[in-house]
Amino acid sequence: MNPVKLIKSANLIGRGRQDVLVRDGRVAEIGSLRDAGAEVVDADGLVLLPGLVDLHTHLREPGREDAETVLTGTRAAAKGGYTAVCAMANSYPVADTAGVVEQVAALGRAAGYADVQPIGAVSIGLEGRQLAEIGAMAQSAAAVRMFSDDGHCVHDPVLMRRALEYVKTFGGIIAQHAEEPRLTEGAQMNEGAVSAELGLPGWPSVAEEAIIARDVLLAEYTGARVHFCHVSTARSVAIIREAKARGVQITAEVCPHHLLLTDEAARSYDPVYKVNPPLRQESDVAVLRAALAEGVIDAVATDHAPHAPQDKECEWAAARPGMLGLETALSISVAALGGPDDVDWDLLAERTSRTPARIAGLEAHGRDPEPGVEANFTLVDPSATWTVVPEGLASLSRNTPYAGMELPVTVEATFLRGRATVLNGKIAEETTE
Amino acid sequence: MKHLLTTKALTREEAELILDVTEQMAEAVTGREVPKLPALRGRTVVNLFYEDSTRTRTSFETAAKRLSADVVNFAAKTSSVNKGESLRDTALTLQAMGADAVVIRHPAAGAPQRLTEWLDGAVLNAGDGTHAHPTQALLDAYTMKRRLGGIEGRTVAIVGDILHSRVARSNIWLLTKLGANVRLVGPPTLLPKDIDGWPVEVAYDLDASLKGVDAIMMLRVQRERQNASFFPTANEYARLYGLDERRLALLPDHAIVMHPGPMNRGMEIAAAVADSPRATITEQVTNGVWVRMAVLYLLLTAGEAR
Repeated sequence: MNPVKLIKSANLIGRGRQDVLVRDGRVAEIGSLRDAGAEVVDADGLVLLPGLVDLHTHLREPGREDAETVLTGTRAAAKGGYTAVCAMANSYPVADTAGVVEQVAALGRAAGYADVQPIGAVSIGLEGRQLAEIGAMAQSAAAVRMFSDDGHCVHDPVLMRRALEYVKTFGGIIAQHAEEPRLTEGAQMNEGAVSAELGLPGWPSVAEEAIIARDVLLAEYTGARVHFCHVSTARSVAIIREAKARGVQITAEVCPHHLLLTDEAARSYDPVYKVNPPLRQESDVAVLRAALAEGVIDAVATDHAPHAPQDKECEWAAARPGMLGLETALSISVAALGGPDDVDWDLLAERTSRTPARIAGLEAHGRDPEPGVEANFTLVDPSATWTVVPEGLASLSRNTPYAGMELPVTVEATFLRGRATVLNGKIAEETTE
Repeated sequence: MKHLLTTKALTREEAELILDVTEQMAEAVTGREVPKLPALRGRTVVNLFYEDSTRTRTSFETAAKRLSADVVNFAAKTSSVNKGESLRDTALTLQAMGADAVVIRHPAAGAPQRLTEWLDGAVLNAGDGTHAHPTQALLDAYTMKRRLGGIEGRTVAIVGDILHSRVARSNIWLLTKLGANVRLVGPPTLLPKDIDGWPVEVAYDLDASLKGVDAIMMLRVQRERQNASFFPTANEYARLYGLDERRLALLPDHAIVMHPGPMNRGMEIAAAVADSPRATITEQVTNGVWVRMAVLYLLLTAGEAR
């Protein structure tokens, strides 16, 4: 059942307080409306955003269902205000065939909490040697457009060139995990004053910047599109800025943790702060925030990376890199873009919803409410705050670096094709369309 | 002081207390027919060594036994941190067995700090990755104090592979805390990046760095580092950064030569220098036992009834 809904008195970006009528999963009408038998959702004081879109999610299924499943990961997504997530390819088996990407998409549909758009692997087994069947994945029911070996860099320049040329046949895009592997052998954290003191092998910023610089040139040379995952350094921003000014077809994302945390957190040796690329320095955080506001960085992407307890309750060097992100990304994006009182909600919607939807080619997402548009949106309470309690998260895993922190804004409701996946701040248990 | 994880976390008072107690330990035991004190009778000290180090393990074992503690050597035979029982499970096992103190050596930086989260007993860092080796620094400081009459105002050159050296890191924090001037000397490839904030001088030229040095500490350099291009060849390294007799002659007459061992003779230190009376290498080994007695004693008795 998907009854007609009337969202009352929501604050629409650029349009002030409006009522939004939703019928058959789409926006039917906007204005000052009577309920006329519709199910009313009181949105007084809430901001209506187009549903958030995540370009970078690790759902862990198939293969590591002890850390996350498509179901638990998309529940976490809905809780965080997301209506679509792009699932990274580093599952077991790797999403390098039409079969695996179709399986992931089907699991997403069955779960019903968010649209799951699989990302295909660039190379077989993410090994960086031979192209995966990119065409088959593009033509599959999952209609893959974005390809990435995320977790690994496509470091072989020939393979990267071929991949870029190949995806031009269907307007695809390569999402690059920029990490020159020889410069990061054994690397554990950002290379700098803190790593020097802690004796943890450093991950130099130049390892990211060198690949971004190279791929900017390859994108320009081939005329193909490159998207840079989790940009983490100030100099990467400078390279991207310069390339965009020249008209090179590149886009870039930043992760919430790189907008808030620094390598100082590693002093605890608690691997909950271990992530790849690593947490950088205060000066990088400042530049990334400014670049996100300015648009040099196009989108916020979570790099949501759930891990089982044993993969984090250990020595730093033995721990897997990655942190949860879906349920905290909106709050941290708001904080990074000026805080709940000063944030430009239109800009926030641009970076967390419209632009990522456009990059991923998800036409039904990232749309502001207009009659006829799919009702994928989220209602945010701009005046509320919440405290992160790991045990209270919807994700199956607990590896959030924000435990105990008080964050701004809460997600009060999320709608996927008009159906509430979250209502009154709680995940809806009935999701079948 | 509940644990000893780093010298950086020690206050100057704590460091001086350890050195004072070290001297008392040496005096109390030296010359005795039975070189043993009853201070830790009934206490259990576990040696948890994830890296082979007969020298350090034996030193800790000797120290604990001279204080009459029961010593358990927990075989942690994993060559990789990714294999075998997890550190947490091992910690919970030791906790269940009632270990009063755990002496841990581990290839992963920060492992001793993690251990403190899972254990009630005292944790004593016997070397973690390239992070810290506090008892080595303390025994070095004690050796300097004995040989040079003090540490305040003395100049100590630490030479070689600073990047991969937990000994260097622990000495930097301890010696500067005790008022020494520390000079790091090595090729830029073997110095950590971004150490402008460290309270040290940094130099690349060893010959030019020998003036006014009261103690020179030669760090062990693995020959295999040449394969990762940290330096071209072992021979070139020895030529540029090894302490040979010519360089020994450039040092002030009273200067001492230190090495944490094990040495690569002919690499960072020439055989004749290692065997010269100015070298304190075996004395450092002896002092290591006194220092470890002092630390075990202070951690396990909280310094009571001294």
